Amino acid sequence: MIILKTEDITVGYTEVDILHDVHIKVRSGEIVSVIGPNGAGKSTLLKTIFGILKPRHGNVTFKDEDITGLKPDRVVRKGISYVPQVDNVFPSLTIQENMEMGAFIRRDDYSQRLDEVYDLFPVLRERKKQKVGQLSGGQRQMVAMGRALMLDPQVLLLDEPSAGLAPVLVSMIFEKIKEINATGVAMIIVEQNAREALKMAHHGYVLAMGRNVLNDKGEALLANEEVGRLYLGG
Amino acid sequence: MAELIIYGIVLGSIISLGAIGLSLVYGIIRFANFAHGDFLTAGAYIALFLVTGVFSWIGIPDNTFGALSFGWQMVIAFPVSMAVVGCVAIALDRILYRKLRQKRSGAVMLAMSSLGAAFIIRMIILIIWGADSLFYRPGLMRPALELPLGIKIRPDQILILLIVFFLVGLLHLFLQNTKMGKAMRATADNMELALISGINTERIIIWTWGIGGALAAAGGILYGIDVQLHPYMGWNFLIPLFAATILGTIGNIYGALIGGLTIGIAQQVSTAFLLPTYKLAVAFIIMILILLIRPKGIFGKD
Repeated sequence: MIILKTEDITVGYTEVDILHDVHIKVRSGEIVSVIGPNGAGKSTLLKTIFGILKPRHGNVTFKDEDITGLKPDRVVRKGISYVPQVDNVFPSLTIQENMEMGAFIRRDDYSQRLDEVYDLFPVLRERKKQKVGQLSGGQRQMVAMGRALMLDPQVLLLDEPSAGLAPVLVSMIFEKIKEINATGVAMIIVEQNAREALKMAHHGYVLAMGRNVLNDKGEALLANEEVGRLYLGG
Repeated sequence: MAELIIYGIVLGSIISLGAIGLSLVYGIIRFANFAHGDFLTAGAYIALFLVTGVFSWIGIPDNTFGALSFGWQMVIAFPVSMAVVGCVAIALDRILYRKLRQKRSGAVMLAMSSLGAAFIIRMIILIIWGADSLFYRPGLMRPALELPLGIKIRPDQILILLIVFFLVGLLHLFLQNTKMGKAMRATADNMELALISGINTERIIIWTWGIGGALAAAGGILYGIDVQLHPYMGWNFLIPLFAATILGTIGNIYGALIGGLTIGIAQQVSTAFLLPTYKLAVAFIIMILILLIRPKGIFGKD
């Protein structure tokens, strides 16, 4: 079943369009990786899906409902969570408080969900009283993902989860992403680290200059010579 | 000297109440609200209106408590005035600042508009009450208590300190332990992420103005009890307020408390060497020194 899709998205920050007629489909439980060179508009796509940017034309559909142009605080209530690339934590709040803010709109008892998130990232449980500003980059990324998971989303949007992390942490974060996906959460991952992103993806999209270039199964794109040469560094 | 320090703590605690509100507002909306000083004045005069006007008229007893210079009338007027000024601050945001935010006006534009709002508030007070100094209780001067070391302090001043620390304690509990308080801190940290998390940031902004305005009103009334009321009292507080806010790192309410006490003590102690009319200059010099030496304040990270 297709849980999220965009059709013909054209959008820009100013008069200049960044994306032109971009389409993407996510089936439930699937990891979709979006790759492409810098400036291809990958992050812009996530911002548009989440309602931070309003598309000039085109639609975003979530579970057969048109959510185009809904504001982020509405979109998050539908069951989509978003982890921005930078500034994705509340640094002066503790880890625990960051999780509570992730669950801000929940009116029910979310202690069980909190336990599940801490089970996924045990190091966060150990340091839950610590301020996030004092944590390392890898731990901050875990806080950012944990915060987004508190709502038990059906779709998680991850913008460059491995950016700026040491190689050993990159593989750890990718492992965590697979674990999260194994619990049934569908994801759109935007990544510079294209090879790794395609390895774990069920489906991959290549964007360049704000347009769809290719889309195929993750392994098919990995095996594609042209993709290898142009986007995976040979 | 010990006496000047005590007086400085009293003055500083009043400055703190204003500085905390200023800092809260800056932390979330990121502009210098020049109308904040006049929130203090408004609070003091609204309490005066209630105490000398409404309450005598509706028959609330006019007695005073023991050694203090006020009674039931002020006990009621105090929270009422805080609530009214809180609402004034919220209204000002809705009809002025929010409109500018929606037009994506810069911080300078907002600051200039707040300067205009400050004039309007002050002129309304001048029109109604005139330019003279006023007192909640004209002619009533309670004797000071003699403490060891030759320190003289009036019972009113002890109560002022208790009220300030009670209000700051209450704010601390609110920010640390309630969902809304935590969301306020989260919004000050990162408004975009707060929105992404589903926090209604417009509601947070309303709470921030309400709390900031109410604390300013409390500061104004306490100054009125300690010294006197004057239409320019809040305007004259503006430089000490900004000095305290900057010293304690803009956006940090605990910093604002410490900054306020420091500025208050510095101002009072300076009167041992300088004419009291230079008090304001002392606050201004401290502000300039901080800006030159440590622009992010004592709690700022470089």
